Amino acid sequence: MSPPIGRRPRRGPRSILPWLAAPALVVFVGFAVVPLVGVFVLSFTTWDGIGAIHPSGLTSWRAVLTDPGLPHALGVTFLVMAASWAVQTPLSILLGTFMAGRRRYRAVLGVVYFVPLMLSSAAIALAYKALLDPNFGLGAGLGIRVLSQDWLGRPGLAFGVVVFVVSWQFVPFHSLIYQGGVQQIPKSLYEAAQLDGAGRIRQFFSVTLPQLKYTIITSSTLMVVGSLTFFDLIFVLTEGGPGDATRVLALDMYKRGFQASLMGPASAIAVILVLVGLALALLLRRLGGRDAGASQLEGA
Amino acid sequence: MTGTLTEARRPQQAGHHERRSHSRRTARRRNWAGGLAGWLWLGVVAVPLYWTLITSFKAQNRYYADNPLVPSGDPTLENYRLVVESGFLRYFVNSAVVTAGAVVPAVLFSFMAAYAIVRGWRMRVLRAMNGLFLMGLAIPLQATVIPVYLIIIELELYDTLPALILPSIAFAVPLSVLVLSNFIRDVPKELFDSMRVDGATEWTTLWRLAAPLTRPAILTVTIFNALTIWNGFLLPLILTQSPDRRTLPLALWTFQGQYGVNVPAVVAAVVLTTLPVLVLYAFGRRQLLSGLTAGFSR
Repeated sequence: MSPPIGRRPRRGPRSILPWLAAPALVVFVGFAVVPLVGVFVLSFTTWDGIGAIHPSGLTSWRAVLTDPGLPHALGVTFLVMAASWAVQTPLSILLGTFMAGRRRYRAVLGVVYFVPLMLSSAAIALAYKALLDPNFGLGAGLGIRVLSQDWLGRPGLAFGVVVFVVSWQFVPFHSLIYQGGVQQIPKSLYEAAQLDGAGRIRQFFSVTLPQLKYTIITSSTLMVVGSLTFFDLIFVLTEGGPGDATRVLALDMYKRGFQASLMGPASAIAVILVLVGLALALLLRRLGGRDAGASQLEGA
Repeated sequence: MTGTLTEARRPQQAGHHERRSHSRRTARRRNWAGGLAGWLWLGVVAVPLYWTLITSFKAQNRYYADNPLVPSGDPTLENYRLVVESGFLRYFVNSAVVTAGAVVPAVLFSFMAAYAIVRGWRMRVLRAMNGLFLMGLAIPLQATVIPVYLIIIELELYDTLPALILPSIAFAVPLSVLVLSNFIRDVPKELFDSMRVDGATEWTTLWRLAAPLTRPAILTVTIFNALTIWNGFLLPLILTQSPDRRTLPLALWTFQGQYGVNVPAVVAAVVLTTLPVLVLYAFGRRQLLSGLTAGFSR
């Protein structure tokens, strides 16, 4: 590896390289790695968020693992994840394929299309909260009975609203990813398919979809791991309600820790959140197979 | 979008791209399902935006009486006045300070780290560092907020703007380093070699060669981080307390708690907090969008 002595006299300056990386490393270790270790440690303590921290062994874990709230929060988290994946993926593939085919479409309509990507989750949640108001919202104003339900007041509906708003916010992003993926498919594959007499739909299923495999994995990883972090949107939109119908893990952690002042159990939930995130990332990486998939995943 | 990025990275492939898009134009196929979905989704996106915009100009009494999709006959700026008088200029300044204060060091540090990782790949320290940053991508940010809160208290930074800036930098580092190192890796080796022959130090090479050649990447990373931090909600929620430390998304939420019944005022606040980003969007849509997907659409 190292060059023969004398061939490269300028060996000295090279040693500054680790120092160039030092500032990023220091901040990252201080505010990400240390907290990550810290959350494991805190899950074995009792702390109200203000006073002293007392080691308390497995007390927090016992409390969390015997609380029926945990399986419920896990269930809601996975349901939101699965439902928002199932809504967003076909839609994003469809839209991405369409946008890749017609650039003019994007030039004209794209202006409105991507606005949701610019907005904060808090702003989106507030607008929807007002829009869905059963008495004065869109449905009531238009006199359409179906639209003027108590959207955020009934468990099933509130869950549906969360999935819808998540999709509203993120479909543009994933369409962009798919558009990029479709544009990288070699044109010759379509020409070959055409020569074989494959129609438009056939081409989509036997060329476009298989060629998008790694794009699908990248996008799905982002959706799935990202769905663990739908905190702000759900917090502002439903606060986990009605009851605990939309109380996902991240929200459960916040409420236990910062509202009920039980930082120990909240840290245990956080550890579970980390483990779920890592497990999902690894699982999707495994699904991707080969190195090509792995290198795509590093973008996630 | 990806086309732009790829071209920026690999100029030698520009001809190839051109040829491909040309053949696409000649063999344009109709995609009815996609077209239908495209137009429907446009409606789904546009209606709430339109409603928010027109409602923000309605007087409160008109809001209850009028058709929600018809703009007010006599638009009023009263809602905006109320929002501005509720201290939103202050929150705007806070958001700007936090965003600038976090994005500048985040991008600078990440660029230096990415350069070191690419140029010093033979050093085990730097490879290990790269592994650590990659691991940071798989971990949900929220999970670390309790210890972050504790650290901020211990540093006596609770309820200050630096409390928001420091963790924001840390959370921005992994993705920024990944994207920037991918781009620096594409700078031809010969250029680095000729810099070295000319006797340039790594520090000079970093600024004179790597930075100008990866400017599009630096811009996209800057945009991505700025949007993420500008729109951030959780860190301000747990790390600040006083009203005059609020950033815009948090201020929106508390404003809604205060004026919840006054829907036109609430949506005016939504429009106003979104305005700076939308102005940027109007001027640099291409850059913004490529900034959002850089690193994902490779």
